[in-house]
Amino acid sequence: MPPLLEMLGIVRTFGAVRANDNINLTVQSGEILGLLGENGSGKSTLMKVLYGMLPPDSGDIRFRDAPLDAKSPFDAIKAGIAMIHQHFMLVEAMTVTENILLGWPGGGQVLKHKQMAEHIRQASRRFGLDLDPDARISALSLGRRQRVEILKAILRDAELLILDEPTSNLAPTEVRELLDIMRRLRSEGKGIVFISHKLPEVLDVCDRVVVLRAGKLAGEAAVASISREQLAEMMVGRNVPMPRVTEGEHRRGALRLSVRGLSATGLSAITFDLRGGEILGIAGVDGNGQLELAEALAGLRPVTDGIVLIGDHDATQASVTARVEMGLAYLPADRSHTALVKAMTVFDNLMLRDSRRPPYGTRALLTPKTGVARARDLMAQYDIRAPGVDFVVGQLSGGNQQKVVIARELSRAPTAVVAHQATWGLDPGATRFVLDQMIALRQQGAAIVYISSELEEILSISDRIAVMAGGAIAGVTPNRNVDLRQIGLWMSGRHA
Amino acid sequence: MIEFLAASIRIATPILLAALGGILSERAGVFAVGLEGMMLVGAFGATIGTWASDSAYAGLVLALVGGAAMGLVVSVVAVRFRADNMVTGLAANIVALGLTSYLMRIIASSGAPIAIHNTLLPVLPIPGLVDIPEIGPLLFAHPPLTYLTLILCIALTFLLNRTQIGLTLRATGENPEVVYASGLNPLLVRMLAVIACGAVAGLGGAVLSMQQVGTFTDSMTSGRGYLALAALIVGRWTPWGAAAACLVFGAAEAFELRLQGFGVPVSSYVVQMVPYLIGLAVLAGLGRNSRMPAAIGLPLHRDR
Repeated sequence: MPPLLEMLGIVRTFGAVRANDNINLTVQSGEILGLLGENGSGKSTLMKVLYGMLPPDSGDIRFRDAPLDAKSPFDAIKAGIAMIHQHFMLVEAMTVTENILLGWPGGGQVLKHKQMAEHIRQASRRFGLDLDPDARISALSLGRRQRVEILKAILRDAELLILDEPTSNLAPTEVRELLDIMRRLRSEGKGIVFISHKLPEVLDVCDRVVVLRAGKLAGEAAVASISREQLAEMMVGRNVPMPRVTEGEHRRGALRLSVRGLSATGLSAITFDLRGGEILGIAGVDGNGQLELAEALAGLRPVTDGIVLIGDHDATQASVTARVEMGLAYLPADRSHTALVKAMTVFDNLMLRDSRRPPYGTRALLTPKTGVARARDLMAQYDIRAPGVDFVVGQLSGGNQQKVVIARELSRAPTAVVAHQATWGLDPGATRFVLDQMIALRQQGAAIVYISSELEEILSISDRIAVMAGGAIAGVTPNRNVDLRQIGLWMSGRHA
Repeated sequence: MIEFLAASIRIATPILLAALGGILSERAGVFAVGLEGMMLVGAFGATIGTWASDSAYAGLVLALVGGAAMGLVVSVVAVRFRADNMVTGLAANIVALGLTSYLMRIIASSGAPIAIHNTLLPVLPIPGLVDIPEIGPLLFAHPPLTYLTLILCIALTFLLNRTQIGLTLRATGENPEVVYASGLNPLLVRMLAVIACGAVAGLGGAVLSMQQVGTFTDSMTSGRGYLALAALIVGRWTPWGAAAACLVFGAAEAFELRLQGFGVPVSSYVVQMVPYLIGLAVLAGLGRNSRMPAAIGLPLHRDR
C-alpha cells in the first residue's frame, strides 16, 4: 500500500537560511509519526509547506496517492489534512455544535443543530472524546477545547491530523487522555503527525520518529529501537543532560524569603522559609494554586491573610515596585502578556521594570545612551539572538523572548526569585539555559522559588521540593532519595 | 392609556429599525456609531424619492440605497482600511448632516418648492384583528413600515440564530481568525454586515420622514441613531432585547410629551436624558461583558 503522505526533497529557503533542506517524510495510514526538533529546526516550516501556508522552493508532496499542491490551508483541508494549532481556532462564546457548524460544507443555509449535535455525540463516543455538543467553549478546559478541534477534523473526514505541540497546555491527566485519543484515531486508520518537545510522550505514543536539526533531516527511527538519550542527542546534535545540583557545595546564606500562612483567592495558608543559595522547587499539576502563589509573592494578587517577608522587609502589602527594590525578581508563566510588551523592542523590554534607575534613566528622564549600551551587554551576556536592540520582541522565538525576561529580571542581581513555568514551550537547549541560570543564581546566594509542572526540572535543580494541591502545600521533602510515589500522592491531593 | 402606548410604539419604531441594523453591524464586530448618519441619509432619500417620483416605493428604495451607501463608506474606511470604528462613525454622522442639509438647499434653490410635503404613509388596519377591543387598535392599526419592523425583528432573530449566514456573522464578531480558518472571508462578512446595517437604518430614517413628518428637515433624526445604539446595548445585541429597550425609550419620550402637555414643571431636557442614563447604567453594569461581541472594534489582521 502506498503511504498516506509522502513529502520528497522539500526545500524552502528564507533569504540565505535553508529552513528546509531536502527533507523527506512519509506517514502511513494508522501510524503516529513523531516530528522532533529544537525551536528553529524547520518543523514548523515543513508543516506550513504541507498545509499550504508556504510554497516550497522545490520538492513533491503526494497525499492519498495523488499529487498535492495546496495553495492555502483550505486546499489542504479539502484534501483531508487537518492541522490542530497550539492556539485553538474556536469561538469561545459559542457552543461546540455551533463551532462545528461554522463553515460546514454543504448542509444548506438553515442550520441543523439537532442533527449535528447527534453526529457530535456519536463521534464523541466512538473516539472517546467525552464532549457535550451544547457546552459553550468558554466553559471547557483547554484539553476539552483541543478535543473539539480534533472532533472538527474527524467530522470533516480528515485522514491526516497534524498536532502541533498539543500537550504543552495540558494537565498530566489530560495528556494521558489525549494520548489515548491519538491511539484510538490510529486504530481507526488515521495518520497522525505529532510535533512535540517532550520525549517521554513521544516515546510513549509514536510508532516512528523523524528528527530535524538546523533544517536538515537528522535521523529517523522506529520508536521501539531507540532510547531517550539517543533521541535527545539526535535533536540537539550533542548530549544535553539535565543539570544536577548537589547539596553542600556551598554555604546557605541568610533568610531571604519568609512566607507565613499566606492566603489569597485560590490559595490557602502557604508557609515556607527560604535561605540564600537555596532553590525550593514547587511541583504539582497545573491549576492547583501555582499561579496564585506566584502572583501573591510578586505582589500582583491581593493577600487576604498571612505575611510575606523579603529579607528583613515586610512585603505583605508592598507594591510590585517596592518588592523589586527589596530584591525580588519575577519570571511569570505568561511571558507574552505579563512579562513582555510584545510590540515593543528588545531594548524597551529590557528596561521595562528598571527605567527609573541607572543606567536606563533617572526618576524623571531616560538616558538612552547608557541604557542601550547596557542592553547590548545583556544581549551578549544572555545570548539573546536578535538582529539588534531595536528588534520587536514579538518577532523573536519563544526561547529568545524568555531570555529577554531572564536578562531583565536576573541582571538586577536579585536576592529572591520567583520563577513560574520558566521553561514553558522551550526546546531542550533553551530549557538547559534557563536551568543553568537558576543554578548560577543559587551559587551567587539568591533564594529561588521554582514553580513548574515539569517534575523532571524540579528534581534536577531543587534543594527542597514542595508539592501543591488544591491551593495548599500538600507536602515538602528534601531533594534527597525522593520517593516519587509519595510525590505522586501529594499531587493527587491525598495526604498520605 | 391606549393612546400613550400607541405613541410609545410610534416613537420606538424608527429607533428599533436603526437598532436592528446596528445589531447586524455590531454582531459582525463593527461598532455602529454611524447609525445616526445612516438614518439621516435614509430619511433624506425617502423624502426626495417620494417627492421626485410621486411614489412611496421609490422613496423606500432611495432610503435603502442612501443608508447602504453610508454603510459602504463606513465599511470601506473602518473595515477595509482598519480605521477606528468610533472616529469613523462620528465622522460619517457629521458628513451625513452636512451633505443632506446641503442637498436640500440645492434642491430648494433650483426652483422647487422650498417646503416639500409628501402625504404620510397611510395606516393599514389589519382586518378582523383591529376590531379586538383595546389591543386591536393598539397593535393592528399601524402604517406599513411599523409592521415591516416587526417582521424584520423576527427575521433577524432567525437569521442570526438559525442560518449559516448568521453563524458566520456572529463568529466574525467574536473571533474573525476562526472564520478565516474555516475558509470564509471575515473582511467581506464585516463589509456586507455594515452595508446591510446602513440599509436597515436608512429604513428607520424613512419611518421618520414618510410615516411621521412628511418632509425632511435638517438634522431631523436628532439623536435617534445614538438612542438606537444605546437600545441595542441595553438589549444585549438581540433583536427582541433591542425591541424591549426601544419600547421603554419610546414610553419615556411619550411620557415626556404628556408631562409637557400637562404643564408639569420638569424640564424636558431632564426627561430626554433618561434613555441615555439607562444606557449608561447598563453599560457600566455590563463592563466588557461576555455578551458583547468579543472582537468588536478590533481591526482584522493585516494579512487576512
